Amino acid sequence: MILYFLTLVLFVMGLYCLVAKKNIIKKIIGIVITEYSINLFLILIGYRKGGVAPIILKGMDAGVVAESSVDPLPQALVLTSIVIGLGVLALMVAICLRLYEKYKTFDMSDINKLQG
Amino acid sequence: MQGYYPLFTAIPLAAAFLNLLFSKISKKVADYIAFLACAVLAVMAVRMLFESPFVYKVGGWLPPWGILLVSDGLSSLMLLVVNVISLLVIVYSTKYMTTYTAKEKYYSLFLLMVAGMNGVIITGDMFNLYVFLEIASIASYALVGFGCEKEELEASFKYLILGGVASTAVLFGIAFLYSMTGTLNMPDLAQQIETVGMNRALAFVIALFIMGFGLKASTVPFHAWLPDAHPSAPAPISAMLSGVLIKALGVYTIMRIMFNVIGQNMLVSSILMFLGALSMLVAGLLAVGQSDFKRMLAYSSISQIGYVLIGLGLAIKPGIEVTVAALGLIGSLYHLINHAVFKSLLFLCSGAVEYRTGTRDLGKLGGLIRKMPVTGVTCSIGSLSIAGIPPFNGFWSKLIIILALLKGGYFIYGAIAVLVGFITLVYFVKLQKEVLFGALPKALSHIREAPFAMTLPLVIFAILCIAMGVAYPLVDNQLLQAAKDVLLDKVGFIDLLMGG
Repeated sequence: MILYFLTLVLFVMGLYCLVAKKNIIKKIIGIVITEYSINLFLILIGYRKGGVAPIILKGMDAGVVAESSVDPLPQALVLTSIVIGLGVLALMVAICLRLYEKYKTFDMSDINKLQG
Repeated sequence: MQGYYPLFTAIPLAAAFLNLLFSKISKKVADYIAFLACAVLAVMAVRMLFESPFVYKVGGWLPPWGILLVSDGLSSLMLLVVNVISLLVIVYSTKYMTTYTAKEKYYSLFLLMVAGMNGVIITGDMFNLYVFLEIASIASYALVGFGCEKEELEASFKYLILGGVASTAVLFGIAFLYSMTGTLNMPDLAQQIETVGMNRALAFVIALFIMGFGLKASTVPFHAWLPDAHPSAPAPISAMLSGVLIKALGVYTIMRIMFNVIGQNMLVSSILMFLGALSMLVAGLLAVGQSDFKRMLAYSSISQIGYVLIGLGLAIKPGIEVTVAALGLIGSLYHLINHAVFKSLLFLCSGAVEYRTGTRDLGKLGGLIRKMPVTGVTCSIGSLSIAGIPPFNGFWSKLIIILALLKGGYFIYGAIAVLVGFITLVYFVKLQKEVLFGALPKALSHIREAPFAMTLPLVIFAILCIAMGVAYPLVDNQLLQAAKDVLLDKVGFIDLLMGG
């Protein structure tokens, strides 16, 4: 239970960073922290105390492995979500660099051409 | 057609890749590959209308373990809207995008976005939906910032941050659903939720989904990115974003998950209706004060999405009469496709105006209907449709939604819908007066009509606006009834799992 709570704390920290910080690099870090907290949450869903790796070798019974193994599906989901996160991160950093070229600053309060 | 169903995402993905590869050899091919891919998709989407509902099991894995692709009335309707509009927008882009560099990259991103939207529409698996949602979103972030000027980059970054939060919320919701039920398959989830019933975890999931998908659909408390992002994008992309993307990623996902997976629910009903009414009113009032052509259209998009949501909220209310729910849904779906048509038309018109005059400022335009007759006439047809003038399509869908609200006993919401209809008329009259009529500024005395590749899609959209209003019974029977039946029949959706 305490682990779930800690992921929530991580998530809220990410959101705080996103909302309160003016620097766009810090905002990006905030987004990444929220993403990681969700990934941790997904892994926790599939975790089982003392569980074995969900690999079925020759001569092993699938039913027995399923009884004692951790849930493999969330792990597969997390892999996908990490790759997606990488794509978003790359795009964010690229746009951030272009913003710096144009505005010569990372401060979001100085980047205000649009009215919102 | 059943075996070809995954091609709806495979074709645009492959075309996006091949496009970049072949354009290394010759820049000319990019136009043809993109056009060909979208044309094939549009033909396939039309053919899907004649298919009876079926389920495609990816890789032959049986549900609930494998990924399902679901084809029914609702997904056929959405596929038709997405692919036909993207074909017309591609035709328009061939000319319009010559003002930008790196046209082949534009086409690749465009096709990726189409692949993502088609994927969201055809999938029957929650995580798969998230993946396609991200593909479409990432492509759209890049397309919003395509011009790489100050405003574009700022809008793109804003959109990216908010879109990132929305995606995180959606993934959080999906993780919660998985921990509750142990499945990601939509029909299976629907069945499990039916047996579990409403609890606090489900309420949290609903909240996360309404935030996540509501942000993608840009309902009012989550709308801050749209009035920046849509005007900053190149005009064909504004048309795609406003016309299709917010519907495929936002409204369609809300419909599919709330109606088919979670089922009728008082909480969802009241939230959707309140958000709908708020979006209509606030964005409608904000639109009146805008002086930028595309920005006004962007606010109007938020306002019109409110109409769609309020109809959905009415239909999802538990214990509501079936006829009223059906009326509300028909109105919503009809307004959704109507809005896709006329908002794409209006954004493309704004692009044509900008292409010739170089400005979007309403104060610097005027009298264009004499210099650009085709653009002018189609633009005024679009404006009249969205403002709800009788023979055009927008009138009928708004009328149906208002009637449904009154029949359901929601007189205040009905009154707001009527009032917003009037406000819409006000700002579109302002738009027409400042752009199309009045005195022609001296600086614009030399301009000509937009090129043929740009006026052709405008004319087709304008014809669609009139045809869908005049030939309403045809649209109603062929498209809307089937989609409505899918949404109101949760048991039928669960049966897909069993029957296949």
